[in-house]
Amino acid sequence: MLRLLPLLFLYVMSFNASAAVSEIQDKSALPALIEQLPTTKLNRMAPLIDKIVATSAPQTRAILDPLLTGDLYYLKSNKQVVSAYRNKQDQYELTDVFTAETLPAVDKSAIKKVRTNNRLRGKIRDILANLDLRSDDASIRITALNQLLNNPNEIGIASVNKLIKEEKDEDARELMSVILLVDQLETGNKAEKLTAAQQLSGRLEPTVKNALVKQLSSLSEQPETAELRKVLTKAIDDIEQTASVYGMVENLFFGLSLGSVLLLAAIGLTITFGVMGVINMAHGEMMMLGAYTTYVIQQTFPNLIEYSLLMAVPAAFLVSGFVGVLIERGVIRFLKGRPLETLLATFGISLILQQLVRTVFSPLNRQVEAPQWMSGSLEINPMLSLTYNRLYIILFALGVFFTLLMILKKSSLGLHVRAVSQNRDMARALSIKSSWVDAITFGLGSGIAGVAGVALSQLTNVGPNLGQAYIIDSFLVVVFGGVGNLWGTLVAAMTMGTFNKLLEPSMGPVLANIIVLVSLVLFIQKRPKGLFPQKGRSAE
Amino acid sequence: MKLKKLIVASSIVATSLMTNFAYAADNIKVGVLHSLSGTMAISETTLKDTVLMMIEDQNAKGGVLGRKLEAVVVDPASNWPLFAEKGRELLAKDKVDVIFGGWTSVSRKSVLPVLEELNGLMFYPVQYEGEESSRNVFYTGAAPNQQAIPAVDYLMDDIGAERFVLLGTDYVYPRTTNKILEAYLMSKGVKKEDIMINYTPFGHSDWQNIVAEVKRFGSEGKQTAVISTVNGDANIPFYKELGNQGISAEDIPVIAFSVGEEELSGFDAKPLVGHLAAWNYFQSVDTKENKAFIAQWKKYIGNDKRVTNDPMEATYLGFKMWVKAVEKAGTTDVDAVEQAMIGIAVPNLTGGIAVMNSNHHLSKPVLIGEIQEDGQFEVVWETPDTVIGDAWSDFLPSSKNLVSDWTAPISCGNFDVTTAKCSGQKF
Repeated sequence: MLRLLPLLFLYVMSFNASAAVSEIQDKSALPALIEQLPTTKLNRMAPLIDKIVATSAPQTRAILDPLLTGDLYYLKSNKQVVSAYRNKQDQYELTDVFTAETLPAVDKSAIKKVRTNNRLRGKIRDILANLDLRSDDASIRITALNQLLNNPNEIGIASVNKLIKEEKDEDARELMSVILLVDQLETGNKAEKLTAAQQLSGRLEPTVKNALVKQLSSLSEQPETAELRKVLTKAIDDIEQTASVYGMVENLFFGLSLGSVLLLAAIGLTITFGVMGVINMAHGEMMMLGAYTTYVIQQTFPNLIEYSLLMAVPAAFLVSGFVGVLIERGVIRFLKGRPLETLLATFGISLILQQLVRTVFSPLNRQVEAPQWMSGSLEINPMLSLTYNRLYIILFALGVFFTLLMILKKSSLGLHVRAVSQNRDMARALSIKSSWVDAITFGLGSGIAGVAGVALSQLTNVGPNLGQAYIIDSFLVVVFGGVGNLWGTLVAAMTMGTFNKLLEPSMGPVLANIIVLVSLVLFIQKRPKGLFPQKGRSAE
Repeated sequence: MKLKKLIVASSIVATSLMTNFAYAADNIKVGVLHSLSGTMAISETTLKDTVLMMIEDQNAKGGVLGRKLEAVVVDPASNWPLFAEKGRELLAKDKVDVIFGGWTSVSRKSVLPVLEELNGLMFYPVQYEGEESSRNVFYTGAAPNQQAIPAVDYLMDDIGAERFVLLGTDYVYPRTTNKILEAYLMSKGVKKEDIMINYTPFGHSDWQNIVAEVKRFGSEGKQTAVISTVNGDANIPFYKELGNQGISAEDIPVIAFSVGEEELSGFDAKPLVGHLAAWNYFQSVDTKENKAFIAQWKKYIGNDKRVTNDPMEATYLGFKMWVKAVEKAGTTDVDAVEQAMIGIAVPNLTGGIAVMNSNHHLSKPVLIGEIQEDGQFEVVWETPDTVIGDAWSDFLPSSKNLVSDWTAPISCGNFDVTTAKCSGQKF
């Protein structure tokens, strides 16, 4: 709200400008104002920006845009103010903000940034939004209107009042009318307030609700305000009701998202642990290898960040799968039927892999960049937006699940795997190479873990400890779902995720985790074989 | 690479130990008690290197009192009880004259009884929660009033924040700091319903709910700010989620107390730009001393990409002060040096002078920096003067009457001003 004051001041100024303060309106004042940019202290910047805007010179945008994004610099040598962008040779391409003339590129050491802070950036955003209201592009207008709705100021509202009649775009016009109604709710007379409150009922923008609440709390308990109070209360109730519905939807999404991460982590284990009966403590490290594969691919192809994940999925599958086959051939096959020793051996392998990564890369976390299409969120309405990275990972997890299901159900490899897991001797009698099937199965499970690692690299830190963070959860999911049952894993992962996220808002993440664990232990007491136990002879 | 460096470093230490063995009695021994393995190694190895660099530098200038300095490096391996054991080894077996060490509060608490029993001297270089003042420890990092309190003042005065979210990792430093902050905010007239507190486990990576809650909390018409004592690893997923859910630093700024240059190095800082951190030192501060220090560090470590950070400055200040105090006292005797330390002044790397006060805490300036795309900080605010570190917070009922003064006649770390008594508790 404090942001409003200078703008209000500016507004008043612009009215008086023609008469009294004509030198501010003078475009020729701009070079002198620009000269002040490098030397002005941060707390004196706001009035300076006001003066620059008040010149309404065409260069205003050329100054404010780079200032907002932190690309406005000045040359150390002569204090010339320029916008600067780094080029491929690590030098800075300069453009004079006043003359728009291009200057020779320089090193970073020759220029210094014009300082801004959050408050200034907010102010500049408001100013730019007011300029953008007249943009030809409807989407720019809508962004500007949203900014205005959240930070209302008189100039903006006055322009909206003028522009609403000519506005062609439906969404923009709707936003405009909301802005005007909110304004009426604050400044209008009693009748206007009443209609505004009625019309605003059911709007989802947080600003609307705040305005309604503010209005209601400012009214005194007198009979003449009774009707308005009733309308306001009803409007607020309506909004809160919708909000709680969307809140539930949002929590459900969070739960499914956590569930999909659990599913990805556990699904490879379902095969190695469930089908082969091998307790693979190095499963988490297979995920870690997948994540590091993503990192290596991004380092190798720095210009293809947008496609890096698509390349990383098959690469991570091959890398982790290959390591999985090596582990099976090199260690596990010699320990067949000795679960305790397998557990210890694979635990040792997990430590070796972690140390290997520490030595090869570094003990520090590595930076995996998020491609553009994975950042940001899908805004369904002002109350509900779903982040893209989570959305894609849910879809990805389901994709991996069904692919794996198809492989096991429809392919000859799947047939062999199922045959060996059900009755090894009989399968061998039917000329299936059981040792070969074991190696491929273990490789498949490890490869899937690698693919999970690619997804995890987008959510969490890529470091040597990545795998450890997920190994316990993976085992829990597999045990809960019923050993060796893919559908069980799916249901278990989603149930655990949703349960956890539904508890979290009221209990906090630490307690929610504990409760999930305790409930799981109780459940296993009741049904030791999990949700979907295997039936028949193969269960033994 | 790391491994090679470690081998080289340890062999240097080993050979220096061997060559010096014959006339070891002439050398002044400096113990270094930083974890070189385990989870804290990432942060603490840097400080060990800083101490070794300072020792090398001092020896090149001719040592102290005409004697050479000799480092004794031990590795407590991020294992808290081992800090006590290794501390005892340094004091009893190696007979070191001073120790530089510790990072986490629990490691300091672990070695403290040993220091007091054997009358050792330790410099602790990391920001911490306060509520402690031992005769045997000098605290060169920030106390809460040198980091947390000014940060809140900045948020209230400059950003105009009216609602606050206190996010922290679930352990002693965030819990104590948040308790102090909550009391401070209430004393400033912030209502209880305008403060939201949330704790997460170490390494928390699923921030969806919490960020959505922060967003909802911040959309109720009042300027909201987040004060984060979230530790280490969990920060990056947290900031990522903030970015993805469309919360910018202008809407809801986050001010962090545990995110510095080292934590951000090698990370894609783009989603963090505009968020804040409060420290007593930033690498970006443009002073002659700082430039020289950064150049010295890069040369010593042999890597142009390495950054400097606040605990390194605290180590630097502590070391310089100790050297001055030893020269003033004319001896390395712990009791003499402890008294000589008080009042010692050393130039800060960020300009101005750091002074050791009688409560064993420093006077230092407080800086607020905004995160830049390159992982560095741009100072947006600083205290006009240095701030005296306060061992006992004035905002907690249990400690508001306590002061620490290690000069006569009080000579006590927890003197109660209302009863005029020293509680006798040693730390």
